[in-house]
Amino acid sequence: MVLHKLKRMLSKLGAGCINKIWRLGAGGRLFWLTLVSSGESFRRFRLTIREIYFTGVLSLIIILVSAFFVGMVLALQGYHTLQKYGSSEAIGVLVALALVRELGPVVTALLFAGRAGTAITAEIGLMKATEQLSAMEMMAVSPIARVIAPRFWAGVIAMPVLATLFSMVGILGGYLVAVPLIGVDAGAFWSQMQANVDWEYDILNGVLKSVVFGVACTMIALFEGYDAPPTAEGVSRATTRTVVSSSLAVLGLDFILTSFMIAV
Amino acid sequence: MERTTIDLWVGIFVALGFAALLGLAMKVGNLTTSSIGQTYLVTANFENIGGLKPRAPVKSAGVVVGRVSEITFDPKTYEAVVSLNIDTRYNFPKDTFANIYTAGLLGEQYIGLEAGGDEVNLKNGDKISQTQDAVVLEKLISQFLYSKATESDDKPGKTASASTESGVDALDASPLDKIGK
Repeated sequence: MVLHKLKRMLSKLGAGCINKIWRLGAGGRLFWLTLVSSGESFRRFRLTIREIYFTGVLSLIIILVSAFFVGMVLALQGYHTLQKYGSSEAIGVLVALALVRELGPVVTALLFAGRAGTAITAEIGLMKATEQLSAMEMMAVSPIARVIAPRFWAGVIAMPVLATLFSMVGILGGYLVAVPLIGVDAGAFWSQMQANVDWEYDILNGVLKSVVFGVACTMIALFEGYDAPPTAEGVSRATTRTVVSSSLAVLGLDFILTSFMIAV
Repeated sequence: MERTTIDLWVGIFVALGFAALLGLAMKVGNLTTSSIGQTYLVTANFENIGGLKPRAPVKSAGVVVGRVSEITFDPKTYEAVVSLNIDTRYNFPKDTFANIYTAGLLGEQYIGLEAGGDEVNLKNGDKISQTQDAVVLEKLISQFLYSKATESDDKPGKTASASTESGVDALDASPLDKIGK
């Protein structure tokens, strides 16, 4: 009896593992197919521009507003601690490094997954459920080249732009709290920041991170949509999975990328 | 939505992105301040570099004149070999003195150059022979504690000997010491 139960549990675990690996492989194949058939999204760049509008421009409000508040909170919290050590001028460095290196790319990617990733998954899932993708195939139009690839490249282009804007607006928010509100010297705020933030080591690495997050988030959203069961429930589950797995992927990738970048 | 409107918005979006990157580069990063153009390389050997790191500034009279490019260890002399990239606009005599200083009490460490009086200037690939190691705070503290400890060890010893021996002995001891010397 116990043996029977154990057997069932083990086979459940095995099925789960095989399913996960299968999905990973299918995602990898979709990624490869997208890369191979992405010629059209550059030849007809208007397709990609349309998607940049939907994923990038329409995400601007949420990204900019949250960046502003994140910067302001960073400055308040940082000042509280730094002032104990008599180095409140270092607030500029703290805000800039935290935003440029970590919070800019990561928080942007998390918000992007919630704002744009879900939209992509739901759209493609519904396209599949209403058999629009099959119709395209019937007309000898590759849905991967026509639907998936433009959205992929739009996400990859939009993410670094959003992350850079996030960092910049966050620093402006930090400046507004630190200098006019708290009264830190403006010159010290900017000069300490400039002395300690490196163009290549900090800023370019941050942008590189956001490009990687863009690839990961968009690809997960596209795969979940493409793979969703063609039912209302299937699409809703796929949308949830998009948010969960892109957030986890972003945080995991962030650790890996950071460990590589810091070690150099 | 019309195509032209979408184009316009995407254009604004991408332009904003580039503007932010430019802003980060110019206002936040040190792309403008640290752009040391042409540099020449000199090396300096130190017995102890403390917490000096690559990319640390090289200053002379407080002005940044270069950056530390590489720090390696010489297994023959057991010394640290620090390579310095110095701006070609600034020339230093051959007998320049290189020190490792700390900015503030616990701040980052940097290399300070003090120009000597030699008429020949340092060239690319030269070695600065006169160096002074980093002040390691733990070493200083332990030295201080050690000297304090030996001081306080001496005092009880003297008083103990004085109290056990009679006053006459103590008086006798001092002339004898003088004779011995």
